Amino acid sequence: MSLAHYACGSREHGLNRRRFLQRSGSTAVAGSAIAGGLGSLTTGLAAEQLKAQDMRIVVFNMHGGLSQLESWDPKPGTKTGGPCRSIPTSVPGTHVSDLLPYTAKQMHHLCVLRGVNTSEDDHGKGAYMMLTGRRQTAAADYPQIGAVAARMLNDESRGLPGHIVVTPGGGGGKGNEAAYLGPKYSSISLGGSKPPPNTTKPDGINDEAELRRHDFRRRLNEEFLTRRRTAITDAYTHSYEQALRLMERRDVFDVSKEPQADQDRYGKHDLGRQCLMARRLLENGVSFVQVTHSNYDTHNENFNFHIEQLGEFDRAFATFVSDLFDRGMLEKTLVVVLSEFGRTPNINLYYGRDHWSKAWSIVMAGGKVARGAVFGKTNDEGTEVVDGQVDHGALFHTYLQAVGVDSTQSIAVDGRELPIADPAAAPVWKVLT
Amino acid sequence: MNLPIDITKTHVVHQWKHDRPLIACRISPDGQQAVSTSEDSSLQLWRIPGGEKTVLKGHESWVHALCYSPDSQQLVSGGCEGSLMWWAVRADAPSLLRKSDAHSGWIRGVAISPDGSTLASVGNDMLVKLWSMASGEKIAEWGGHERHIYSVEFHPSGNQLITGDLLGKVHVWNVADRKLERTIEATPLYTENKGQQAEYGGVRSLAYHAERKELIAGGTHKATNPFGAVHEPLILRFGWDDGVLRKSHACEGIPGGLVWRVQWLKDGTAVGVSGGSTGGLLLFFNDSQEKEIHRFKLPSLARDMDIHLESNMVATAHFDSHLRISVMNV
Repeated sequence: MSLAHYACGSREHGLNRRRFLQRSGSTAVAGSAIAGGLGSLTTGLAAEQLKAQDMRIVVFNMHGGLSQLESWDPKPGTKTGGPCRSIPTSVPGTHVSDLLPYTAKQMHHLCVLRGVNTSEDDHGKGAYMMLTGRRQTAAADYPQIGAVAARMLNDESRGLPGHIVVTPGGGGGKGNEAAYLGPKYSSISLGGSKPPPNTTKPDGINDEAELRRHDFRRRLNEEFLTRRRTAITDAYTHSYEQALRLMERRDVFDVSKEPQADQDRYGKHDLGRQCLMARRLLENGVSFVQVTHSNYDTHNENFNFHIEQLGEFDRAFATFVSDLFDRGMLEKTLVVVLSEFGRTPNINLYYGRDHWSKAWSIVMAGGKVARGAVFGKTNDEGTEVVDGQVDHGALFHTYLQAVGVDSTQSIAVDGRELPIADPAAAPVWKVLT
Repeated sequence: MNLPIDITKTHVVHQWKHDRPLIACRISPDGQQAVSTSEDSSLQLWRIPGGEKTVLKGHESWVHALCYSPDSQQLVSGGCEGSLMWWAVRADAPSLLRKSDAHSGWIRGVAISPDGSTLASVGNDMLVKLWSMASGEKIAEWGGHERHIYSVEFHPSGNQLITGDLLGKVHVWNVADRKLERTIEATPLYTENKGQQAEYGGVRSLAYHAERKELIAGGTHKATNPFGAVHEPLILRFGWDDGVLRKSHACEGIPGGLVWRVQWLKDGTAVGVSGGSTGGLLLFFNDSQEKEIHRFKLPSLARDMDIHLESNMVATAHFDSHLRISVMNV
């Protein structure tokens, strides 16, 4: 009988919840039904094979709610279209907003999903759904895609964290984004082009003293962990060891090491530096990077703000996708552009658009995603999905399938097998090759 | 003979409805016609006072920039698709005279020189361009603004051009040699809201008073929540010769407002039209105090205004699809 990972050794912990369910009378049927259809991907050979594929994910989180009408699903000349027009792309017959001229030239790498319906117009809840694939409930918390990627894809021997969020100022992240996977898979937050803070050795400490300090800490930890090991203490230990590895590989986070020409190509603004940082991290083997671009919550003067924001995004994103392709990385990297929701087709009094989750768009590229494709369709004024409707649950499955993770399988957590993605949803197979 | 202006008696005398929300408006110099633009990308000509409407189509996007020639015979419109269009607007059947692909991106403002010979246009491509009104040929173009240019006006002498941008920079250009003569800082009209990671505001409108030698710039300030339309209207009054800020005309009790356009009355009263979550307002300021001397609440949120001084008329373009004509007397 195996013990739960954090068991104190008492007899009570010799029987975990799932084992109890599987052994007890009528509930054994239910228990095995839950676990029966799921194989674990996080142990043994399957896990090693998955990591050997060396797949990565990068998410562009368009914070606040990117307008689909000013980006991926323009409706020029209609009541809801606004002043922006559509332009042809590198894929004949596919048009995007004229605010994305550089991205339009990379459309042959992209797959636009225009039928997203998440039915949730609240910022926090919408973001939760798009990043976890589940609706938030009081009863359970679920890990974000970044934490799942860190757990499933990251090769820890590289000495780099598997889940990194890049924001302009370095804030955000944390919270309970890893949920039951444990804080080890929560994000490290980076500010633009800077290495993580406090990753240099204090001036007054030489190498020998540094070694002694850490040896001493490790001895105390080991002694303590033999008696009182918990997820929290493991997280503390992991944080120290991760920090040491980060100090050794600090240069990975220094965008100034990139050629000046590349820094110019990406743009001399926060997002340009964030995108270049993302490329650098992915090249060095980080399994998941989230680039956050703020702010698209444009209830007021939607068009002015989208011109400003997408003016930054367009060139930086197009350069990023083009670079991944040129460097042979796109096959191994899933790129996702998402928001918590889209924006209303209706234009309000203040030239604004409000929250709209019933018919909006996301974009995927790379990995096993079909290239140069459009999936799903909205009606003429963009008020509802008329074909290819997908939701957050289906998208979460699809992200994982696109990097070779069988999202219908389970993940082993402290002796329990938990579905990786919502068992009630399924991948959007039509956008995968 | 018109009655003298009495701003406290301002009232709506006409309201004419189009099919879609309006964006901009102007009154012809002879006071016999008004033009509006709307979210269907068309222009609407309205005969004053009857309100008979003629719709002009041609732009592929919304139109924010409008200007009549001094003789009222021509109208120039600038669209968000970057086109300038010259219209003959006094024929029985108004028609398009010519079209130019003028700017990359939105045209934000157009102005015609006092002698009617030259058109100036500005836009999101951060360029200032001059055009011959007679031929439509481009005469010159130059840069110098670091962000989108929102507004343009000729000095009454015709020798200088005044342009304002998102950052609150007002550049004064010599028309003859296109050199920058000086910059007036209207930076209170610009907000960098770091919490929302947004830049907002800008010089939405400019107007010069020849006798008073004063320049006013309209826009917004106190943008505590620009994404949520929480910002207050502001008009800055500058001395022309010294470029010094003389008055910051702000208002109380308008938490959601932006001055889309400013203009002068002959006596030096500055007038602004404010539209935002507080509604549509005409705001009147004189040089004796910073806060307004009068405000007139319009029936609906307004997005633009034009004053015809000879007849005391004010045209306002509204979200509720109406062009309204008010008069500033009994």
